[in-house]
Amino acid sequence: MTKMPFDQNSVRADFPILEREIANKKLIYLDSTATAQKPNVVIDAMDEFYRHSNANIHRGVHTLAEEATAMYEKARGQVASLINAASAREVIFTRNTTESINLIAKTWGRENLASGDVIILTEMEHHSNLVPWQMLAEEQDLVLEFVPVTDDYLFDMDAYRKLLVLKPKLVAFTQMSNVLGTITPAKEIIKLAHEAGALTLVDGAQSVPHLPVDVQDLDADFLVFSAHKMVGPSGIGALYGKMDLLNAMPPFMGGGDMIKTVHLRSFVTNQVPYKFEAGTPAIAEAVGFGVAAEYLQNLGMDAVEAHEHSLAEYALERLAEIPSLTVFGPSAEHKGGVASFVMEGLHPHDIAQILDGEGIAVRAGHHCAQPLHEVCGVKATTRASFYIYNTKEEIDALVEGIYKVKEIFG
Amino acid sequence: MDDLYRQLIIERYKTPHYRGHLDPHDIFFEDDNPVCGDHIEVTLRVDDQNLVTEANFDGEGCSISQASADLLMETVHGMNLDEVKELTKDDVVELLGIDLGPVRLKCALLSLKVLKAGAYGLGVDEVSDDLVE
Repeated sequence: MTKMPFDQNSVRADFPILEREIANKKLIYLDSTATAQKPNVVIDAMDEFYRHSNANIHRGVHTLAEEATAMYEKARGQVASLINAASAREVIFTRNTTESINLIAKTWGRENLASGDVIILTEMEHHSNLVPWQMLAEEQDLVLEFVPVTDDYLFDMDAYRKLLVLKPKLVAFTQMSNVLGTITPAKEIIKLAHEAGALTLVDGAQSVPHLPVDVQDLDADFLVFSAHKMVGPSGIGALYGKMDLLNAMPPFMGGGDMIKTVHLRSFVTNQVPYKFEAGTPAIAEAVGFGVAAEYLQNLGMDAVEAHEHSLAEYALERLAEIPSLTVFGPSAEHKGGVASFVMEGLHPHDIAQILDGEGIAVRAGHHCAQPLHEVCGVKATTRASFYIYNTKEEIDALVEGIYKVKEIFG
Repeated sequence: MDDLYRQLIIERYKTPHYRGHLDPHDIFFEDDNPVCGDHIEVTLRVDDQNLVTEANFDGEGCSISQASADLLMETVHGMNLDEVKELTKDDVVELLGIDLGPVRLKCALLSLKVLKAGAYGLGVDEVSDDLVE
């Protein structure tokens, strides 16, 4: 991977939606944490698949089926390469991060956890890394423990060490908070978990699109992420798992493709990864996912991280100028390109709506992390998030827009 | 956009006329908007003819949700509970006098949902969006 910064203008030119005008103003898209925009290469690859190669995958011998299968499997390799998986077969295509976590809970979890077993999560988790474990805890009488957020919005390492005494079976944590932007020390968290005898699940929904993530270097047992947050299409995501774990896990959904043989009263499961991919998958989306992974890898994840870091730094600096505005999250050095804030006397919906009138897309609400908002003592926040196509000028426009909000509500 | 923040809405948001918890009251109901965490409660006093003599709301939310609640409370004063049950989405949209997209419509309709659930005497589990369709 290169450390050279990428050419901002040529990246922007890759994203056709950035040409759009909203309210007669040039779109400023600051909602990539919810979903990223898509470059031409991704859109074209999916278009080309449908126009030129569409067929169902596996078991077809005709040319199109061969092509479609090859493209689907090539995509698996591209995604595996982005996260440096030891084998492409360790990447399972799912619908999204949420489905990946549910898959682990309902296969590995059901098979390996029993009454009284402890799972460690954090207060920063997205609902998708909370609710599946709450459901499993209810079902199997498990104990959920939560690593708190420190006063400066970081992963509380001391509290974590104390929780590890409980001998958890699993530590499932976000590598980057979708609200605070906090980047957690994943490698250290995993090392300590392993020493305590626990497996680890890294929620990479925000980290994989924005940071270099190397599953072998991290020694992660599971890593889950979605294509749509990393310039790929919606409807497809990935579950990385270490091969020995995946091999030992029972299947998830039953149906075609996940079987080796089927009789009227029994079946034998297929090998990994097909064991977990029942039914016709999102083939065109997989193709788009693979191209998205390659696109990011070509930019260089180090460069992506550096670009966003400089935007986060600049945004924090500019937002700090605004009276009665509070940003939630750590200092820029521990933070990805996310700024969630509240303004005294103003509801996030009103802020977001007036910004929309300026062509600026931000998100308002609890961002699927309601418990974290409880910890922060607020109901909802307004969130501006930054990606490869955003610029400092756009952050200036955001700040101007916020002043307009203040003017309207006076 | 400027339409969305027409003067009436900003005024009613900043200085609502019917904010506060009525104690005692004959009808009480509260609910949240799960998308944004907005919260609205409605308290009503009703006479023996089932006419609303006083109506208040309380809660937290954006200008659209709070202003629509305030305007709605104004509207139901003197209404029969049966008339309250007949109120629809269109009535709220008319009160606000603006067009709303699907997301902001939820903000605007939260108070109507709470009000009607109270008028019908529903339990928390019985409240659905059908009430305001």
